[in-house]
Amino acid sequence: MFATFDFDVIRRSLGYLFLEGMTFTLTLTALSAVGGIIFGTLIALMRLSGYKLLGRIAGLYVDFMRSLPLVLVIFWFYFLVPYVGQWVTGASRPVSVGAFTSALVTFIMFEAAYFSEIMRAGIQSISKGQPAAANALGLTYAQTMRYVVLPQAFRNMLPVLLTQTIVLFQDTSLVYVLSMPDFLGAASKVAQRDGRLVEMYLFAAVVYFTISCVASFGVRRLQARISIVR
Amino acid sequence: MSYNWNWSIFFEPAPGGTGTYFDMLLSGLWLTIQTGVFAWIIALVFGSVIGVLRTLPSMTASWVGFAYVEFFRNMPLLVQLFLWFFVLPELLPRSWGLWLKQLPNAPFYTAAIGVGLFMSARVAVQLAAGIASLPRGQKQAATALGLTTSQAYRYVLLPIAYRIIMPPLTSEFLNTIKNTAVAITIGLIELTGQARSMQEFSFQVFEAFTAATVMYLLINIVVVTGMRFLERRLAIPGYITGK
Amino acid sequence: MIEIRHVDKWYGPSFQALKDCTTAVAKGEVVVVCGPSGSGKSTLIKCVNALEPFQSGEIILDGIKVNDPRTDLPKLRARVGMVFQHFELFPHLKIIENLCLAQEKVLGRSHDEAVAKAEKLLDRVGLQEHARKYPAELSGGQQQRVAIARALAMDPIAMLFDEPTSALDPEMISEVLDVMVDLAREGMTMMVVTHEMGFASKVAHRVIFMDKGEIVEDALREDFFGSPRSDRAQKFLSKILSH
Repeated sequence: MFATFDFDVIRRSLGYLFLEGMTFTLTLTALSAVGGIIFGTLIALMRLSGYKLLGRIAGLYVDFMRSLPLVLVIFWFYFLVPYVGQWVTGASRPVSVGAFTSALVTFIMFEAAYFSEIMRAGIQSISKGQPAAANALGLTYAQTMRYVVLPQAFRNMLPVLLTQTIVLFQDTSLVYVLSMPDFLGAASKVAQRDGRLVEMYLFAAVVYFTISCVASFGVRRLQARISIVR
Repeated sequence: MSYNWNWSIFFEPAPGGTGTYFDMLLSGLWLTIQTGVFAWIIALVFGSVIGVLRTLPSMTASWVGFAYVEFFRNMPLLVQLFLWFFVLPELLPRSWGLWLKQLPNAPFYTAAIGVGLFMSARVAVQLAAGIASLPRGQKQAATALGLTTSQAYRYVLLPIAYRIIMPPLTSEFLNTIKNTAVAITIGLIELTGQARSMQEFSFQVFEAFTAATVMYLLINIVVVTGMRFLERRLAIPGYITGK
Repeated sequence: MIEIRHVDKWYGPSFQALKDCTTAVAKGEVVVVCGPSGSGKSTLIKCVNALEPFQSGEIILDGIKVNDPRTDLPKLRARVGMVFQHFELFPHLKIIENLCLAQEKVLGRSHDEAVAKAEKLLDRVGLQEHARKYPAELSGGQQQRVAIARALAMDPIAMLFDEPTSALDPEMISEVLDVMVDLAREGMTMMVVTHEMGFASKVAHRVIFMDKGEIVEDALREDFFGSPRSDRAQKFLSKILSH
């Protein structure tokens, strides 16, 4: 069945695929996860702050982002970020920010909506006695969050946050729609240049599958360890 | 901002002569709905079978369920669509592959099936969790009355489990509709695709995307309202689901 | 009617839940099984209709070997009624539907026939006016009476009760016990796991005391309450009867 296929094309392009493509993908994943979790935690804190208006704004943001397909959001930010850059810097023309920055902003803003729901559940899972005890010790709201509530919420939710990061890792492949050089983009470029679609797409599938499988296996082990400790 | 807004663009004729830009977006919306519903039916059917398999005591059944879910969950949807669209026809016997490639509406079928199977893994996980959350005694009571395993699932376990997982199923249905946008990469001109072509033809980027955004929000509102209605219709008096 | 011979059951390689259990329940006999929690009494009664598998020994129900792979288990189970600790009514079905489901699906009775039977039995347990309600709308005691009626609707040759009153609030226990006492006096073959020694002393023919998976004592009612032979049974009785 595979007689007419040329799997050597994979070997020949390994360097390009991994050194450029996969590096782009993993960097984008890591930075988006960190940024998304930080921004997401802020949104979660806004929702739980008790200030009605703040909570409403945060809630609307989350619902809004979660209603839209990621592809559409990628397009939105791709065109919007230059104008925002112009507005921020006061330049006379839209600022060109580069593909990577645009993608990074997109994923941080988009994934923050999902991360915030996880962090919100994590914060709510901590017993009311914890912040009460911290307040009784004289800690301020910010200190209570910073030293007591958030560390526990983060640790409890770590497996879920990591699982969401695996989803994010797979989602970064969608930057393909802007012809960016992520792993899939690189594979696709080689595929089209050499006319080797079958070989390259199969290989891309195997690579994504292997990484995601290994990562989710790791998360499951982590989860088992955490549940024993508790 | 140095952007020239022009909201009347929607009523200007679009290139291609089939109507205005607004008509163009509407046809995209319609295709999004069609693809989403078709994919959702596939996701529900396959997800239910696999979800049940995951809860059976048989080792083989649960292994098949596990492998299925892992297969569809560990690859990006985009890559899966490429596999169905570009790779599958090449791996089939020549005549079948040719038939597949010449199929009219190939992007539509590929998207519906590809998104459907991708989502079926998530439906399976939700359903298996729903069944597992039922008290063990329910299955035993059904069994003790002489119901066979399939009767116990058909008349007792599944009707309760589906009610319990109604809220997560609502979001999975919405995810299915949203995920059809990925099919833009295999040439399905659904809502996001039409917004993108409107942007390319008219250069009115933000009007096009705003309109698409509003339409997606409308889909969400309709689906959420509809599912809430269904949930209330199916609610069991006195029985609190989801707890 | 029920013969249990040398039954052993392990959970995993190390924990033996039942050790060489042998006893029998004759037609029309009422046998109460008691013992501390974790003694294996619930496990034993669930082995009788094969809800729990066991590794060695045999159980024979009305001449049919339960642990024979050729036995049609659903058919056999349909002939033995079982009542559970947590009632296990099907929450999505109305009371009347709970009583009709297995009659129609397992025994193949017509809907009208099933309803007539169900109404007769609901009347008997004093709940006819609740027929169109859902289980969650009834009190625990009412639900358990429905569960008994559901089992009786199958015209069972014997009834198994697995701690039928231990999940009930104290004020509801007697309404359930009354139904069980009536059944016993009508000559129903019954195997009852319970701590209700009042029930045992009123209607039981024999009392079985279990501890750590073993049948420690198997005595006529008068002998058991008069002077249990084993220390363990004496201690257990004194704990239960002291208040």
